[in-house]
Amino acid sequence: MNTVTLTVKQQPEIILEADCITPDSFAGKTAAEIEKLPVYQGKQNCTLGDYFKVAGKAGSTPAETQIIVNGDCSRVKYIGMKMSAGEVVVNSSTDMYTGGWMKGGKLVVNGNVHSFCGLGMEGGEFIINGNAGNFLGASYRGDWRGMQGGLIRVKGNVGSDIGTFMNGGEMIIEGNADIHIATHAEGGRIVIKGNVNRRIGGQMVKGEVIVFGTVNVMMPGFHYNQDVELTVDGVTAMFQEYNGDLGERHPKRKGEPVYGKLYLKK
Amino acid sequence: MPKVVTDVTCPFCGTLCDDLEITVSDDNKKILSVKNACAIGAEKFNHTKEPGRVTHPRMRQPDGTFKEISYDEAIDFTARMLVKSRKTLMYGWASTSCQAMSIGHEIAEKVGGIVDNCATVCHGSSLIAIQDVGIPSCTLGEIKNRADRVIFWGCNPAHAHPRHMSRYSIFPRGFFTVKGHKGRKIYCVDCRHTDTARVADTFIQVQQGYDYELLNAFRTAARGGPLPDEIGGVPKEKVYEVVEELKTGRFGVIFFGMGLTHTLGRNHNIDIAISFTRDMNEFTKFNIIAMRGHWNVTGSGQVLSWQYGFPYAVDLSRLDKARYQTGETTSVDLLTRNEVEACFYIATDPGAHFPIAAMISSSKKPTVTIDPHINCTTEISDVHIPVAMVGVETGGCAYRMDNVPIETRKVVDPPEGLLTDEEVLTRILNRVNQLMEEA
Ligand code: SF4
Repeated sequence: MNTVTLTVKQQPEIILEADCITPDSFAGKTAAEIEKLPVYQGKQNCTLGDYFKVAGKAGSTPAETQIIVNGDCSRVKYIGMKMSAGEVVVNSSTDMYTGGWMKGGKLVVNGNVHSFCGLGMEGGEFIINGNAGNFLGASYRGDWRGMQGGLIRVKGNVGSDIGTFMNGGEMIIEGNADIHIATHAEGGRIVIKGNVNRRIGGQMVKGEVIVFGTVNVMMPGFHYNQDVELTVDGVTAMFQEYNGDLGERHPKRKGEPVYGKLYLKK
Repeated sequence: MPKVVTDVTCPFCGTLCDDLEITVSDDNKKILSVKNACAIGAEKFNHTKEPGRVTHPRMRQPDGTFKEISYDEAIDFTARMLVKSRKTLMYGWASTSCQAMSIGHEIAEKVGGIVDNCATVCHGSSLIAIQDVGIPSCTLGEIKNRADRVIFWGCNPAHAHPRHMSRYSIFPRGFFTVKGHKGRKIYCVDCRHTDTARVADTFIQVQQGYDYELLNAFRTAARGGPLPDEIGGVPKEKVYEVVEELKTGRFGVIFFGMGLTHTLGRNHNIDIAISFTRDMNEFTKFNIIAMRGHWNVTGSGQVLSWQYGFPYAVDLSRLDKARYQTGETTSVDLLTRNEVEACFYIATDPGAHFPIAAMISSSKKPTVTIDPHINCTTEISDVHIPVAMVGVETGGCAYRMDNVPIETRKVVDPPEGLLTDEEVLTRILNRVNQLMEEA
């Protein structure tokens, strides 16, 4: 695997849209070619080289390309967007849409990510070693496809609206979450090791939410079913299983309705 | 001889009453009386008589005072600002005509602006919900003629849309509603006992921030599911009772306002209210309508959606494509995150409505405001361009809260020399074209 190292040399004056920072657009290119890739500040077209120092050489395919980004990227949007293979490691916090519509490979952010990250993710592994904002693994506005596959792991806390319209994949939050978890979900699994504020599984059709900590307010549409033992992320414990959202439509399997499941650790 | 102008449309709130009668002096310069309008609507027309109207563009001087300048100078300043800025917020539009909006959008396309309207701090959350789950809706005329179950959820038309109840939703007698309010069951759901609650048959007091949970309970009850004993302070028996009453109606409607759009969960509250409306259509005919505020904020959403596919916060900064993301391309986020280089405000007053942090950020950027009056925003602008009042001193198309287009009328002449929004925007567009050709 070849490594390309990007180092921030100048902060954007407004905000930088850099959807080219992916193994897919770097693959097969030399440092000089990578420097010429387009980035945007509003209507101004710039190049990656205007804002980053580029060192190394990309592999011939995305899978053979690793990108390491150093320097403050907290005003850089779209890093790792639509990446399909390879690896991106960002040693900074990042702005919106990091890992949006990611299809494969591994994206590691050693910092916090802003909102709309992992939007509509289809596959791969997205590790956030900090906190995440709102709409993590949710769908784009008006889209019915939130996170569909892959894994998102957050070391810290997350904001609200995570996993909206999620229909596959897994999200593991090691900290706390705010409101609206898995709203409209039709599949997938969200594990929250910490506490949740409110509104888990509103309008949820299918899928699973597992909470280790406390929940401030339960949705009235969730009804206690039974106690079950589960092994989640290497931990085995007893959970209360709730069915929901009973206000929402549900498909049937073998004549029985399939519900969304909420598990609360006893 | 004073003249009476009939069938005048009121350019104040989203009810867009179109039955006003205005008496005007024979020289067409002064409004003498306003008939049929509510107090706030009448005030809008009577405002033309207030002394101290600004009739020339003004530019702020280094010492903070304003100096009168010509329209040409103001238009040149605006065009240069728009051409230079890499990302410009172009916010407002809710109190101007659809014709003016479309000229504004042409400017935005040229200069890579972000066009946002008052929905961003109002019913934007409703528009997100509509994109997510659609909307079963109808016109206010249908409400008048058919509705026998009317719910006001988190809105207070008694104060915000004063003639809504008498023209459409509670009192009028219609084709199938010959008994007027006696034939309708009125519900009000709110966290406070408002003046609208006073005229309702049933008032449901929900704890603040529990609307989503309560609507979830309504949906669960409609499907005959089990409920906890109490939801947001409302006993479950009440929920089952109201849902049964709604099912037995012939035609139901939910009107909702800021109590849903700007409390915890925002778009999700509307989303679940729409979903409940859809559920009720299994049993009877049910609709839902947003109580839009500014008289033509709906029009701005219409024109933007028609041109770009999104109803507000349309980001044209990439020039070749339209993008949209609430939380990113919305005015307050752009300002607080310092993502724009210049601000262009028209036909609204963000200074009075936006969070302070957003306006502090705005005040540090080159700013032009086009508005008939002095307001909070004009005072932090570099240039203020006064214009004629749309719907009073010039006409144009507007959309009512139920998305019905209604033409507004000119009833009096504007003060001498004052241009209209359309004229000012056309001249800015021409100047932008010139400057871009020169470059
Ligand atoms: S209800 Fe609204 S539109 Fe009707 S007169 Fe009053 S302010 Fe004007």
